[in-house]
Amino acid sequence: MSMTGSAGGTDKRGIRELGAEEKVGWDEVTQGVALNSFVGESENSAFIKPEDRVYNDFNSYTATVASWRIIKPVYNRDICIDCQNCWIWCPDTSIISRDKQMLGIDYDHCKGCGVCVEVCPTNPKSLLMFGETTDNDEALAGWPEKKKKEK
Amino acid sequence: MAEKFDLNEVEVWDGNYAASQALRQAQIDVVAAYPITPSTPIVENYGGYQANGYVDGEFVMVESEHAAMSGCIGAAAAGGRVATATSSQGFALMAEVLYQASGMRLPIVLTVVNRALASPLNVRGDHSDMYLGRDAGWINLDAFNSQEAYDLPLMAFKIGENLDVRLPVMVHQDGFTTSHKAQNVRPLEDEIAYNFIGKYVPVDDMLDFTRPVTHGAQTEEDWHYEHKAKQHKALMDSRSIIDDVFAEFKALTGREYKRVESYMMEDAEVAMVLLGSSVETAVLAAKQLREETGLKVGIIAPRCLRPFPYDLVRDELDRASLKAVVCMDKSAPGGAMGALFNEISAAAYTTAARPLISNYIYGLGGRDFAIDEAKRIMNEQKAHADAGHITTNIQQFSGVRGPKLGFFETRRS
Repeated sequence: MSMTGSAGGTDKRGIRELGAEEKVGWDEVTQGVALNSFVGESENSAFIKPEDRVYNDFNSYTATVASWRIIKPVYNRDICIDCQNCWIWCPDTSIISRDKQMLGIDYDHCKGCGVCVEVCPTNPKSLLMFGETTDNDEALAGWPEKKKKEK
Repeated sequence: MAEKFDLNEVEVWDGNYAASQALRQAQIDVVAAYPITPSTPIVENYGGYQANGYVDGEFVMVESEHAAMSGCIGAAAAGGRVATATSSQGFALMAEVLYQASGMRLPIVLTVVNRALASPLNVRGDHSDMYLGRDAGWINLDAFNSQEAYDLPLMAFKIGENLDVRLPVMVHQDGFTTSHKAQNVRPLEDEIAYNFIGKYVPVDDMLDFTRPVTHGAQTEEDWHYEHKAKQHKALMDSRSIIDDVFAEFKALTGREYKRVESYMMEDAEVAMVLLGSSVETAVLAAKQLREETGLKVGIIAPRCLRPFPYDLVRDELDRASLKAVVCMDKSAPGGAMGALFNEISAAAYTTAARPLISNYIYGLGGRDFAIDEAKRIMNEQKAHADAGHITTNIQQFSGVRGPKLGFFETRRS
């Protein structure tokens, strides 16, 4: 999955949607639609970082569930103060943050709701919504200036 | 540790008490239930066993039958042995979740005490609830008397929990005519009964924290079909495991069960097909007719309604001597031929013998079905056999007041 904040050429949407890359037959689907989260046993998974867990193919972590997004948040590292507000508010755990440092957006799971932009406290905002097809570098190049306080 | 329950070699139990004892001996982890007539005593007795220390598991009183089956599904997904009981309206309220239980491949045991469906409201026995659930993906076993109402739940756990099956199982018995009729029952000792069923082996249990698992996932047009196909295959393949468990039970108790029970079919010229407590009535009627008139009557009784024993029904029907068969449906047919008629006819169609087959609706809302009426219908089959065609309407109603009611005739060019 993409963790760089770029939705460019590595976009896998429509390919890995819910395990669609390997459409097995009736004889290979799991019994009773029981979907194990991880491959093999996984104790204390809450203390393992997502990128270090061995996710099952049928876990939605390894599949794109964002095909319905029509606008996307773009992240501007130059302005961000790492307050973690967006990380707390994101309803789809699609803000990637490590050691309290904001890294970017998980575009495989972000649905484009815009909550992260709404709660961003910087001026100008470090996250802004753009059309799904807008190039991220183009979006960053045209980032708005700091707004003056209204009197 | 649960207390041992002292049992005599022969007990006098009604069907409800018999079923409740079988559930107790299975040492179930969770029973979630909402009692309803006529199955109430199963749950009531079970609650008593639990309160008096004869059961280690949990007993959850819920607010509806929908909640009862939902609770059972949750407990089964969590990894426990689970069972409940219901009837009629309660069964109807459960209907939605019955499909979830089978689709999720959870081996829940449901004892169904068959009762009519409203309206008009009726607490008596017919097979409307049994028929309502026939496509729900459960294994369906049918008990004709109290002994069977005890034996079949024991086998139901063993069948459903088999790792090659993993499907929920219903055990039906007739409301009142079986559930409230005290008969001699030979129970097993607690330890023997429990060891026959065996220890529960959980699969994909949610309480295994080392293997987190999602149950009840959604699938659309890309996956749903494959899952339903796999589920149907498991249900069809359970036939051989049902046979194995029946054989094991026979070795233990001497009591023989078959997916299709048949009586006096070897030389039968006419046959009656039916379910539930009426089977014993029909067997008595057939014996009497054989003695009184020499008419060779046989009885076919599907013990296992699902998976439907297409194979064994065909074996029973494919006899050169057999000329006419009547299928007795104890459920309002809702604008069609009776379900038993349809399924038996479909099996018969691929036989060489192709006997004449007609349909009777009978016993709705607990209307009595007596030996004389059974004999009259059997004699009518003899008339069909002699004429070489069905001489009456193909579907008729037995024992209903008012003008004769029937539909469709044989087409003869």
